[in-house]
Amino acid sequence: MQNYTVYVPRLAPKKEPFAPGHRACVGCGEALAVRLACKAFPPNTIVASATGCMEVISSQYPMTAWRVPWIHALFENAAAVASGVESALKAMTRKGLRPADGTKVVAMGGDGGTSDIGLQALSGAMERGHDFLYMCFDNEAYMNTGIQRSSATPFGAATTTSPAGSHSIGQRTWKKNMAAIAAAHDIPYVATASHGYPHDLMAKIAKGIAVPGPAYVHILSVCPTGWRSAPDLSVRLSRLAVETGVFPLYEIENGKYKMNLELKKLRPLQDYLRLQGRFRHLSEGTIMEIQERVIKEYERIKEKAR
Amino acid sequence: MGEKVGIEASIAIAEAAGLANPDVIAAYPITPQTHIVEHLAEMVANGEVDAEYIPVESEHSAMSACLGASAVGARTFTATAGQGLELMHEVLYIVSSMQLPVVMAVANRALSAPINVWGDHSDLMAVRDTGWIQIVVENGQEAVDNVLCAFCIAEDHRVLLPVMIHLDGFHMTHVIEPIIIPDREEVQKFVPPNNYPLPLDPGRPVTMGGVGPPTIYPEVKKYQDVHLRSTKGVILEHWDRFARAFGRQYNPVECYRTEDAKVLIMMMGSMGETAMNAVDNLRNEGISAGLLKLRLWRPFPFEELQEAVGGADLLVVVDRAISFGGPAGPFCSEVKSALYNLEKRPKVTGFVAGLGGRDIPVVGFETMVCQGMEIAEKGGGEILETYGVRE
Amino acid sequence: MSKNKEEYTWKELEIGTIFTEPGNTAEYKTGDWRSQAPTYNFDRCIKCGVCQLYCPEGCIEQDEDGYFTANLYWCKGCGICARECPTGVITMEEETE
Repeated sequence: MQNYTVYVPRLAPKKEPFAPGHRACVGCGEALAVRLACKAFPPNTIVASATGCMEVISSQYPMTAWRVPWIHALFENAAAVASGVESALKAMTRKGLRPADGTKVVAMGGDGGTSDIGLQALSGAMERGHDFLYMCFDNEAYMNTGIQRSSATPFGAATTTSPAGSHSIGQRTWKKNMAAIAAAHDIPYVATASHGYPHDLMAKIAKGIAVPGPAYVHILSVCPTGWRSAPDLSVRLSRLAVETGVFPLYEIENGKYKMNLELKKLRPLQDYLRLQGRFRHLSEGTIMEIQERVIKEYERIKEKAR
Repeated sequence: MGEKVGIEASIAIAEAAGLANPDVIAAYPITPQTHIVEHLAEMVANGEVDAEYIPVESEHSAMSACLGASAVGARTFTATAGQGLELMHEVLYIVSSMQLPVVMAVANRALSAPINVWGDHSDLMAVRDTGWIQIVVENGQEAVDNVLCAFCIAEDHRVLLPVMIHLDGFHMTHVIEPIIIPDREEVQKFVPPNNYPLPLDPGRPVTMGGVGPPTIYPEVKKYQDVHLRSTKGVILEHWDRFARAFGRQYNPVECYRTEDAKVLIMMMGSMGETAMNAVDNLRNEGISAGLLKLRLWRPFPFEELQEAVGGADLLVVVDRAISFGGPAGPFCSEVKSALYNLEKRPKVTGFVAGLGGRDIPVVGFETMVCQGMEIAEKGGGEILETYGVRE
Repeated sequence: MSKNKEEYTWKELEIGTIFTEPGNTAEYKTGDWRSQAPTYNFDRCIKCGVCQLYCPEGCIEQDEDGYFTANLYWCKGCGICARECPTGVITMEEETE
């Protein structure tokens, strides 16, 4: 997808493997991201999910939003369950116990289930080279349990376990770089994506599934409930995150970085922050600090992509 | 007919699991189970077993991978011990609640702290309520035979529950015994192919592991309990089938010289073999002693136990695990509870012995019987009696 | 009917409590959540489909003439479609019961 300002929705797959009637919040960016990702699945796909927003809103007994085979076990083991699914498909196909129908495996988890409690299982699955795609839907906190911080919560964001106060600026650490961690496992494909760039997102999901071996796609997912933003701005915010350099879009193919959208000039960070209540306590000084770091990190990615 | 060979029980168990033609083996090493997973790796590496061997990065992932594999319909096997069983604890409930027929060998090992790699039943007791079918074996032959039966039981459409085979760490895993390993054709005839009724399959999408709110959760749990209890009949059926095919019969409670016994001693695991000698010695001294060995732990064999206890006046239960601050050793508590409502029931005393792999000699069982008899007659004794602990 | 499944006794459950009706959340009327609903001025509509692409519910449908409208059975009234429409077709209006 070369031109990121033109949207050609009629080229998007029509199928809806993620059915409406799910219980996501009004304006949930993550549900949109999941819906789009599912459109990019090949016909035979099995999904292994971690516990989290997307699991809870999509599978309340007796209803399921999933029109593909889907399994949820625990919070921290989506990648391990996916490893088992992938191995079973491999063994059973080889032994003639099931048809060679090219069924693919996708694992999904939130930022908590991926970069915190699920990191071990993900690392193991990537190291072992299973043929699967791991999708991290990153809404930047433990949203399902009530907006607690994770290692993906951005610096300065207020959450219930990193609240802003006279003695605290909110989250005190910089967002954990999951794409770099995934790339450090020498896997063939890593990418970042945003639901504000749907064709790019769908292309990356399709690519990640198609590439043999482990693939990792990190998808920024706007959460109006947790970010304290207006529900109708979820798509706009996901674009602003990219345009301000907070969430650069790039791919790492066999260790080689490639910027998907290289911006000559980044939009001012405030354009992004001022629309979210979780940042409203920040002083100008802190905002400048963050702005500097955002530019620095952005330049770092650009340098790697050179 | 398989040949009898001198073989370490761990290796024999791996051989048996391999003969059953597993599709996926997820394995994480932990003393004293390592020889099982090592030998399985070897069999896969040299083409003897056609399976995907997943060298996972922890026991939690081992059981999680087994879960995923079983959900697709693969025949799945793993093994663990002690701390490993504890680490995968939460996953065990998921596997049984989802009704996935995973088979696992557990080399029973003491729980830390202090760290102790030797055999006792603390890990076994910690997983009582996980909803798995659990069989406790006492020697290598029983382990081999029950691993084969386990696949039949677990994958039977009337069961569809995971099965644990408990065997004593070191006392069994590292002991070389004469064991008959059945040959491949016999096993293929005995163990039918796996055919999970609702697997993860793009042709027929299902959702596994959804949210069960208070509106449905109690019904699910009641079903699980009733269902687990109902599988006893199927277990006995497969044991009978095994006896017809291979000539060795297994029962939920094994009895030794219990017909006219006035005092019974009861236990699980390899110490049962040692205790047989103790019973012989006691009989020689004129004490009317008998031995009960529990083979089927879950579902608990209430009827068989009540019948086996017969007209005995005293039942001495030996626990190889401890329940701190609890009513008695865990096994003893269950036995007392199982016998409580009987019109006529023996007195029950319990001893905790052999923790952390400490050996219980033949005379130890004799002492426990005699001490038990004294407590029954004169009263006294602690809530939790121990044997063999230095005072 | 899924509705009955909430009344199931312990004897009627599926094995492993597996859900066997893919996509049956479609029976759940999330449209009841709304406090505002999309209204349309189709004179401006260029039938680009951006609204349909961005709906988190996936409830926007295209009619025979090619115009896109939200299915009010599921529409939660988030307003993303109104915000993203390039030609300003959609306006969110307060819904009165």
